[in-house]
Amino acid sequence: MIRHHLSDDLLTGYCAGSLPEAFNVLIATHVSLCDECRARLASLEALGGALLESAGPVAMDNGALAATLARIMGQPPMPWTAPARPKGLFPEPLRARVGGDLDAVRWRPVGGGVRQAILPTSGRASLRLLHIPGGGAVPDHGHKGTELTLVLQGAFRDESDRFGPGDVEIADAEVHHTPVAEAGPACICLAATDAPLRFKGLVPRLVQPFVKI
Amino acid sequence: MLRVARDADQKAFAALFSHFAPRIKAFLMKSGAPAAQAEDCAQDVMATVWRKAAMFDPSRATAATWIFTIARNRRIDLLRRDARPEPEDLPWGPEPDLDAEAALALQQDTDRLGAALAALPQTQRELIEKAYFGDLSHGEIARTTGLPLGTIKSRIRLALDKLRQSMS
Repeated sequence: MIRHHLSDDLLTGYCAGSLPEAFNVLIATHVSLCDECRARLASLEALGGALLESAGPVAMDNGALAATLARIMGQPPMPWTAPARPKGLFPEPLRARVGGDLDAVRWRPVGGGVRQAILPTSGRASLRLLHIPGGGAVPDHGHKGTELTLVLQGAFRDESDRFGPGDVEIADAEVHHTPVAEAGPACICLAATDAPLRFKGLVPRLVQPFVKI
Repeated sequence: MLRVARDADQKAFAALFSHFAPRIKAFLMKSGAPAAQAEDCAQDVMATVWRKAAMFDPSRATAATWIFTIARNRRIDLLRRDARPEPEDLPWGPEPDLDAEAALALQQDTDRLGAALAALPQTQRELIEKAYFGDLSHGEIARTTGLPLGTIKSRIRLALDKLRQSMS
């Protein structure tokens, strides 16, 4: 049961296509898991449809239809094909990015038993997977920008609430938090940040440029 | 739209083209594309509409909504915006028998959304257009959409409930 959803502005940005890649991947992964956000996204796309419908038309060139028919000449409409629905832990948008499921992730230790894997995206925001052992904590940190954390397995708690599978925590610049994984199996999260994290303690801050959180 | 999907009907496609191609061109020009590029891309979007017509499900989206998503994706390529993967699609495809009632309800909802949009004061309408056609960051969207989306939120909620019901 998903309790923490995406905000309207994030879904609107995703719908319009104006967000950084790291956010897009995380949002596509959450929507794959969450029927409520899928419906909200569909309603925002309906708003896009209404905007398109009401856009003052700009005349096409003469012969545009003939030119388009020439483009599609000899191309019969494609049949419907069933979408990819992988069986593993990662929904398709994330699986495609990792190049496989959990067993394909190349983890690197970042201290305290926590491991991470940075997934390559465009430079405007970063995307990484986090593996936090049961009972383990991610060092206390604040953010310069927005950090989205999507739980894929297990659960964590911080000062604000509990986050289980499918939940998204949206932490703004003001949030200073210490996520702690619940006892039991490791907590695996996908995190997207549009500015580097800021750690509170001196040592983690020195380490930060090296571990690239 | 369905005649294009089921019968590869070129006449039906021509009718769709004359309605939507000039609107797609307008959408792309509002996004900052020069006229010639917008023309080329509008043709390209309509060619994709033809090819992918079988994916169109009238009980989940109106033709305008579905075409908007194709134009949006083309715009991301055109303006070299960041990659945007789609969520996993639902495992079932368009119903073999048209769910006319759901399709009609969705069309009416979208029409009401359009009417609510048209009734907005000019400045609020422009903010929504900017969120969709322009390039607001999500922070800017948060600051701007609060206003106009508040006005039409009930419409969105309505559409949302219907969509949710149709999916459960």
